[in-house]
Amino acid sequence: MSRLTVSAEEVARYRSMTPRMFGPNLRERSLRWGVALLCVCFSLYAMDRTGLFDLASIWDGLGKLGFLLNLMFPPAHNGYFWDFLGGIAETLAMAFLGTLGAALIALPLGFLAAKNVSASRILRFFFRRSFDAIRGVDQLIWALVFINVVGLGPFAGILAIIVADAGTFGKLFSEAIENASRGPVEGVRASGGGRLAEARLALLPQVFPVLISQTLYYFESNTRSATILGIVGAGGIGLQLSDRIRVNNWDEAAFIILMILATVSVIDYASKHLRVRLIGKHG
Amino acid sequence: MSEPVFEPKAPLASNIVQGWTAKSDPASVFEAARAEMLRQKRAAMVLGAVLFLAAFVASVVVGEVDLAEFVDGVPNLLNYLSDIAPVLRGDHLVEDVGEWHWSFWRWLELLWDTLLLAFVGTGFGMLGALLVCFAGSRNLVQSGVVYFAARRLAEIARAVPELVYAMIFVFAFGIGPLAGVLAIAVHTSGALGKLFAEVNENIDLGPVEAVKAAGGGWLSTIRYGVIPQVLPNYASYSLLRFEINVRGAAVIGFVGAGGIGQELMYVIRQFIYSDISAIVLMIIATVIIIDLSCERLRHWLIGREGFS
Repeated sequence: MSRLTVSAEEVARYRSMTPRMFGPNLRERSLRWGVALLCVCFSLYAMDRTGLFDLASIWDGLGKLGFLLNLMFPPAHNGYFWDFLGGIAETLAMAFLGTLGAALIALPLGFLAAKNVSASRILRFFFRRSFDAIRGVDQLIWALVFINVVGLGPFAGILAIIVADAGTFGKLFSEAIENASRGPVEGVRASGGGRLAEARLALLPQVFPVLISQTLYYFESNTRSATILGIVGAGGIGLQLSDRIRVNNWDEAAFIILMILATVSVIDYASKHLRVRLIGKHG
Repeated sequence: MSEPVFEPKAPLASNIVQGWTAKSDPASVFEAARAEMLRQKRAAMVLGAVLFLAAFVASVVVGEVDLAEFVDGVPNLLNYLSDIAPVLRGDHLVEDVGEWHWSFWRWLELLWDTLLLAFVGTGFGMLGALLVCFAGSRNLVQSGVVYFAARRLAEIARAVPELVYAMIFVFAFGIGPLAGVLAIAVHTSGALGKLFAEVNENIDLGPVEAVKAAGGGWLSTIRYGVIPQVLPNYASYSLLRFEINVRGAAVIGFVGAGGIGQELMYVIRQFIYSDISAIVLMIIATVIIIDLSCERLRHWLIGREGFS
C-alpha cells in the first residue's frame, strides 16, 4: 500500500489554479457572516419591537390562555345550534355568490388584460394596475366600505368578496390566457374567424379547465375568509363568533370554531371531488 | 391504477362468423354505445345544472341579496368615495398633499410595525412549520401515528383564520402587537407546515438512502439528505407566505392586535374621511412594494446556482 502525500507547494499550486475548490475566500466568507449577523440583529430588533421580549406579559398571557382553553372544554352550543348552523349557511352562501360573481366579472376583464388578446398597451396597463390596486386592499377593508353602501349583513360581505377577488381572478385569468397555445388561435384566424371567435373558439376551450380549477380553489379559500367577514359586521358565522368571544362565552366560541373546521374540511373534500369530475385528475 | 380495458358490448368475432344482423354489426354497436354515452353525459349536465341553480337560489335567499338595496346604495358608495377623496387644488398641491397625509410619519411608523409583525410572525411560523413538516412526511417517518398527529396538528393550526386566533390572543395577551405576532405565527406554521411536508414528500430518496447506508441517524438523514434538496422551495414558499402575511398584518389590527389596522379601523369608524384614503393608499403602496421586492428576491434565490 502506498501512501498518498501532498506537499505544501502542491496545495498552494492547486489553490492558485482553482481557488473556489477550497471553499469561499475570506471576502466571501466575511460577507456571508456579515449578512447573517445583520439578519440576526434585525430579527432581534423586530422581536423586541413586537413585544416578544416582554417575558412577564408573555408568561401572564400564557396563564390566561390556559385558563381560556380550560373554559373552552367541553365545547357546547347551549341551545344555539340552529342559529350557528344558519350562520354557517350564510357564510357558504357568501363564499358561493362572491366567488361566482368575481369569476363572471373577471372573465371578460382577464381577456382584455391578456397580451395575446388585447392589442392596446394602455388598456392592458390600466387593467393590470387596477387589478394590483384592488388586490392590495384586503377583503375586510372592502367589507367595511360596502357596509356603508348596503348596510350590515351578508350582502356587504358578498360584494366585498366579489370586488376583492375580481382583482385576483383578473390577474390569474389573464396569465392563464397568455399561457395558452397560439396554434388554435391561428387556426381560427386562418379560417376567417374574427377576434370574438378567436377568444371563444380558440382560447376559452384551452383555458377553461384552469379557470374552473382556480375558481374552485378560491371558493375554498373564500369559505375560510367568509367566516371572518362577520367580525366587522358583514354577515356569516363570524358575527356570532366575535359576539361569543366579546361576552366570554368560551364554550360556545369553541363550538363555533369546531363547526367552522368541519365546514371547511367538507368544502375542501367536495371541491376536490368536483374538480376531478369536471377536469380530470391532473387539473 | 389499472389500464382502461376496451370491452366491446357484444362479442364481435362471433357475430362475424354468424353473419351480419342489424343489431350486432360494429357500426350500430358503436352508435348505440355513443348514444348511451351522450345520454349519460346529458343527464349528468342536467343534474349539475339543477344542483347549481338550487345552490344559487339558496345562496341568494340566505345571503340576503337585494339588488334594489344595492342600486339604492350606489349613490351612497359614490358619495363615500368622493368624501374620502382628498381635496387637491392645482395651485396649492404641495400644501394639500401635506394636509391630506398630515400624520404621514406616524402612519409610516405604524406601517413599519405592520411589516415587522408580518416578518416576525412569518419567522416563527417557519420555525413551527419546520418542527411539524418532517414528522408529517410519509416518506420520512415510519410510524403512522406520528405522521397522522403531525398532519392533523398542521391542519388545525391552518384551518382557524388568523383573525380568530388574534381575537383569542388579544384576550389573553392584551391589546398590542404581541397577540398579532402569535396569531400570524400559529396560522403560518400550519400553512407552511403542510406545504413543506408536501415538498419533503416529493424529494429524491437517493441521498436519504445514502446517508442511511453510511450509518446516519434520523437527524443526519434530515440534515444531509433532505435539507439541501428542499431549501430553495422552503425559501420560495416562505417568501410567498410573507407577502400574504403583510396583507394579513395590515388588517389584524381590526381586532386590536397591532399594526396599521387599528388606526384604519378607528378612522373608518369615526368617519375621518380623508385619512381613510390616505392610509389605504399607503397600505396599497406598501403591499405592492413588498410583492415586487419579494418577487425579485425569489428569482434571485432560484437563479443562484448551488443554492443551499
